[in-house]
Amino acid sequence: MPQDTLKLPELSLILLLGSSGAGKSTFARRLFKPTEIVSSDVCRGLVADDENDQSASGDAFELLHYLVAKRLKRGLLTVIDATNVQAESRKPLVALARQYHVLPVAIVLDVPDAVAHERNAHRPERRGMGPHVIARHRQDLRRSLRNLRDEGFRHIFHLRGVEEVDAVQGILRDRLYNNRKEETGPFDIIGDVHGCYDELLALLGDLGYVVEAEPVADVRDLGIRVTPPAGRRAIFLGDLVDRGPASPQVLRLAMSMVRSGAALCVPGNHDIKLLRHLNGKKVTANHGLAETLAQLEGESDSFKGQVRQFLDGLVSHYVLDGGKLVVAHAGLTEEMQGRGSGAVRAFALFGETTGEIDEFGLPIRYEWAREYRGRAMVVFGHTPVPDAEWLNNTIDIDTGCVFGGRLTALRYPERELVAVPAARVYCEPARPLNYRAAQLAAAGAAAEGDLSAQHQQDDVLDIRDVTGKQFIETRLLRGVTVREENAVAALEVMSRFALHPKWLLYLPPTMSPTETSELPDLLEHPAEAFAYYQKLGVERVVCEEKHMGSRVVVVLGKDEAAIQCRLGLTGEGIGKCYTRTGRNFFTDKDLETAFLARLRDALTTAGFWEKFSTDWVCLDAELLPWSAKAQELVKNQYAAVAAAATAALPQVEAVLAEAAARDLDGAEALLARTTARRQAAADYADAYRRYCWPVHALDDLKLAPFHLLATEGKTYFDRDHAWHMETLRSLALADPGLLRATPYRVVPLGDAAEVENAIQWWTDLTAAGGEGMVVKPYDFIPQGQKSLLQPALKCRGREYLRIIYGPDYLLPGNLERLRQRNVKAKRNLALREFALGVEGLERFVAGQPLRRVHQCVFGVLALESEAVDPRL
Amino acid sequence: MLLTITTTYQPATDLGYLLHKNPARLQSLEITGGQAHVFYPEATAERCTAALLLDLDPVGLVRGRGNGEGFALEQYVNDRPYVASSFLSVALSKAFGTAMNGTCKDRPALPAEALPLAVTVAVVSAPGPDWPRRLFEPLGYAVETEAYPLDPTQPEWGDSPYYTLRLRHDGLRLQDVLTHLYVLLPVLDNDKHYYVDQTEAEKLLHRGGDWLPQHPERGFITRRYLRYLAGIVNPTLARLMEGTEEELPEPVAPETNEPGALPLTPAAVAAEAPEPKLSLHDQRLQQVAHEIYQLAPKRVLDLGCGEGKLLRLLLRQPKIEFVRGMDVSHQALSRAAQRLHLDELSPRQRARIELIQGSLLYRDERLAGFDAAALVEVIEHLDENRLAALEAVVFAQARPAHVFVTTPNADYNQLFEKLNAGDFRHDDHRFEWTRAEFAAWATGVAERHGYQVRIEAMGDEVEGVGAPSQMAVFSL
Repeated sequence: MPQDTLKLPELSLILLLGSSGAGKSTFARRLFKPTEIVSSDVCRGLVADDENDQSASGDAFELLHYLVAKRLKRGLLTVIDATNVQAESRKPLVALARQYHVLPVAIVLDVPDAVAHERNAHRPERRGMGPHVIARHRQDLRRSLRNLRDEGFRHIFHLRGVEEVDAVQGILRDRLYNNRKEETGPFDIIGDVHGCYDELLALLGDLGYVVEAEPVADVRDLGIRVTPPAGRRAIFLGDLVDRGPASPQVLRLAMSMVRSGAALCVPGNHDIKLLRHLNGKKVTANHGLAETLAQLEGESDSFKGQVRQFLDGLVSHYVLDGGKLVVAHAGLTEEMQGRGSGAVRAFALFGETTGEIDEFGLPIRYEWAREYRGRAMVVFGHTPVPDAEWLNNTIDIDTGCVFGGRLTALRYPERELVAVPAARVYCEPARPLNYRAAQLAAAGAAAEGDLSAQHQQDDVLDIRDVTGKQFIETRLLRGVTVREENAVAALEVMSRFALHPKWLLYLPPTMSPTETSELPDLLEHPAEAFAYYQKLGVERVVCEEKHMGSRVVVVLGKDEAAIQCRLGLTGEGIGKCYTRTGRNFFTDKDLETAFLARLRDALTTAGFWEKFSTDWVCLDAELLPWSAKAQELVKNQYAAVAAAATAALPQVEAVLAEAAARDLDGAEALLARTTARRQAAADYADAYRRYCWPVHALDDLKLAPFHLLATEGKTYFDRDHAWHMETLRSLALADPGLLRATPYRVVPLGDAAEVENAIQWWTDLTAAGGEGMVVKPYDFIPQGQKSLLQPALKCRGREYLRIIYGPDYLLPGNLERLRQRNVKAKRNLALREFALGVEGLERFVAGQPLRRVHQCVFGVLALESEAVDPRL
Repeated sequence: MLLTITTTYQPATDLGYLLHKNPARLQSLEITGGQAHVFYPEATAERCTAALLLDLDPVGLVRGRGNGEGFALEQYVNDRPYVASSFLSVALSKAFGTAMNGTCKDRPALPAEALPLAVTVAVVSAPGPDWPRRLFEPLGYAVETEAYPLDPTQPEWGDSPYYTLRLRHDGLRLQDVLTHLYVLLPVLDNDKHYYVDQTEAEKLLHRGGDWLPQHPERGFITRRYLRYLAGIVNPTLARLMEGTEEELPEPVAPETNEPGALPLTPAAVAAEAPEPKLSLHDQRLQQVAHEIYQLAPKRVLDLGCGEGKLLRLLLRQPKIEFVRGMDVSHQALSRAAQRLHLDELSPRQRARIELIQGSLLYRDERLAGFDAAALVEVIEHLDENRLAALEAVVFAQARPAHVFVTTPNADYNQLFEKLNAGDFRHDDHRFEWTRAEFAAWATGVAERHGYQVRIEAMGDEVEGVGAPSQMAVFSL
């Protein structure tokens, strides 16, 4: 009875086997997506412009193998449309399947020579092919059939004759056992139990699981029932047995939980060794197996049978929650996740070793987690550690319960650790649990030893994470592209001028001005900002006075210990205040120390640390005066221009006055214009002077924070701007000498009177020399109907703009030309930088490795090197 | 920007004939960047003053004219409209070209006459108050300058770099005065609003050929006039001095090989000091290159290769099979590629060298597998607290068999007269170490990473302070 459906693993490498003319291409086209088929004829055509040019076969197959490798690497099912009748042509393909942990499948199209020959005769390009070719193919094929299994093919379909080939109407893609992506948790993942039943019961209790005895009515009943807290599920990371006092009870509990759906379980190496024993294989009863076997002696054969069945059914690892979580006993590299091969299973059970043996006679483990860069969180056990520590989004939660440590569970997605101490040492470890720490301490790396593994690793980032074209996934925008040339520029700035990347949690985005106003004597006016937001459906905005100083990000700890613990920086003080390019704001160390201490004290006075349950904070702020950081710029550029104008223009006026007195035609007009320029230069000088005052002492500095960006475990992008303003105003009260509260108002855009008042407010502010204001949508993250909106627009005053557009910008003929400006590029940039900034800080707060945070920060810096009109 | 020329030659109004501009009219002409106006605030037989007023359009300068072909002036806040610069020279030749060439149709004998002349320029920009004097006094002028505070409300900021310049001469041809101004005003200003190439040298030879060879500041003038372009300055000086007995001024050194060298400070430019560092730098490179050859390495890294001077020395050694130069500055790398003529190398030679952008603060697998690495005057360009990262990248991860690290010796700094105590030799140096400090660092690194280290002096040693530079040689 011919099969009408072939059942294959969803991720497999399928080789079609058959002589020329067997109908492989037709078969493939009928049953697979065109992109899934890699054909040797097509490859030959690509490299030789002729699908039958046998002299091109070498290059053609090189190309075919390359294509196959790329597809398999990316986890795509692939069909090879080639004769594949010779062992040596299949061998490299099977090797590729192995390399990418994909299952090789053979589909043999075994049709009579006559049919094949007949078909070839209908294809003009194959007419020259003699019958001997097909006969040879068939001969090779027959020889191959015997060996396919030995070559490594797990699934072999032998379709005999045209009828069987044609009967196949569909392919059923079986998903891999390890694919449980649809299960989103929440989970409680439990480390190596090793027969520590009491501790397991205690841990389950702490996690809220109810364990009850159940009447045994049937030999298959386990006599125990576990009810998880609503919606939760446990995951055992394997090594349920050996060394500990009660392996059978642990098995019974775990089996019951798995059976009832209260738990998932992956196997550990100890479990598999027990399985081999139960299967009658000869194994050495060492490493605690002897205890397990002794404990099992009192158990019924039926129970042992169930244990055997249970262990036999365990899948090496699971990919869960849409691919965001992977569990495996000894961990799993990214390439192996969700794949199926002997190598994957071996890695999941045993991990990898370097081949060396340490002083305790134990194999030295290869620390795959150090190099792990995958997207999925990997939770594993296998290697006992004194503390469960995050490293590159992986965590080993085997805290050596059986060795007298603790039994640990990780709550997912909460990332919370729950542990119970071992009642006693059940087994002396061959290598002390705190061996590594002791080793580090002995090596004199005491300071390093105080840092977490992640912080140590984050001391030096990898250049691959920042160079070349980067595509950064963000929560707010689907993907932000950083072009290579911009990354090139940023690498230099970051390397030469920026602080240690560990300080750089966030870089603020650039901000676009309003559209150009058409009002006389004005380039910018609030009406444009209000119109922009109103048009996009924003109902309320917050107008904040814009301080003319230097934009800074403040990262501050309650003390140095907080900085060491959270940022992994030692000996660098309690905080840093850095600029938009990641540069330290302060060059004077004493002033910096005093400033940060005073700010910390202000936060303490305000009760900030308790209120936000944190020992560090990240603030977005303006630091005044402008001249504090920009002194050289002010002197060399702004003051210099005023000085040159004030020196030159009166002399010009004097000679023009003489010329006018001589009644020279045109002198009068030039004189008037020069006088206007002299006045403009004076106004210009007044404009920049407002933002300059000498900084001799701490009291001369003012900090105006306007966003509370983050504290431990939290960002505040979900709070509206009024909340930020109020929260920071209450902070400012704690030290008004240092902190400045930002005047602001909330403006309902539908209320004409309120809008009018806000415009008047701006007019008054700017007439008094203020820089202007920033208009922000009420929500920090302004999602419009279609897309993300500008997070803020600046609206600068007439006087202030003199220092942007030069002394003469309001003179006749100039403003008209300056109105021609385009804010589009700037706005596009602002959005992308905003998305990156938010993403980076969210990654930091979520405890992601520094490289993931740095990628975003670096991206903002890189985007800043894009060419946009700097006056905007 | 205003230039006035006054004469008391009798009749003074002959100035009008000389300048080819009627004293009774105000004339305006279009010039690059704006307009120039010529007029006479006074014109009597006793005394006549001609004024050239430049009215530059600050918006136009930035926005460019016509279809976006702008100047490299990027800021609206800009002193160009007020300062005598190359814009003035262009205006001079346009407004007074005839006079500058010494022709006068109506009074053919007049141009040859030496006139009493007074010139006022409001304002010039100068590197210091004495420079106008040093430039104009040797030409026989009495020179006065008037200084201005940078900001009268900020007295501690001191004086601005702007001066009103007043020149007087008892008897000089007007043609000469105009030529002197034409050449020297942009020299004071030290900028050009257009691209400088060989034609600029021809202009200088044409306008200055008569008087520049005798001028004591001819080196300064030529270098600044030609924007320090070594390839143009040096041959121009040579041509200028042809047939004279005078010594050739100090040649311009090509740009330094300092990684990421910042533009020199105005003060440093003003000092125009012969750089002791330059020859020192070459010496250092020779020494490092020599030491590297001794080890017969096959693959060599130059970390912080700058513009490729050491790379060039290394490539001369045929036994070195491959050299990889890394720098954080993309600009430096493009210059290195040019200087090494990478585009013209034969495929075999080309395969011996590779330039990559990279940073010593990021782990980089491209640095693995080398026999030797050089870090010549690199570490002092990193903040001291980032050296741990450099150490990890170079000594823990890349692990070349030999590493050569050179850095200035701070003990030696007292011998540099121009250097104040505590100052560094370069604006971008983040630290300069004494011999003891360097030795302590090097020993620590060696111990932590299993290298042997020896430290050597670089350059001639002076009793008590050592040599200008120092080198640590690390070996596995």
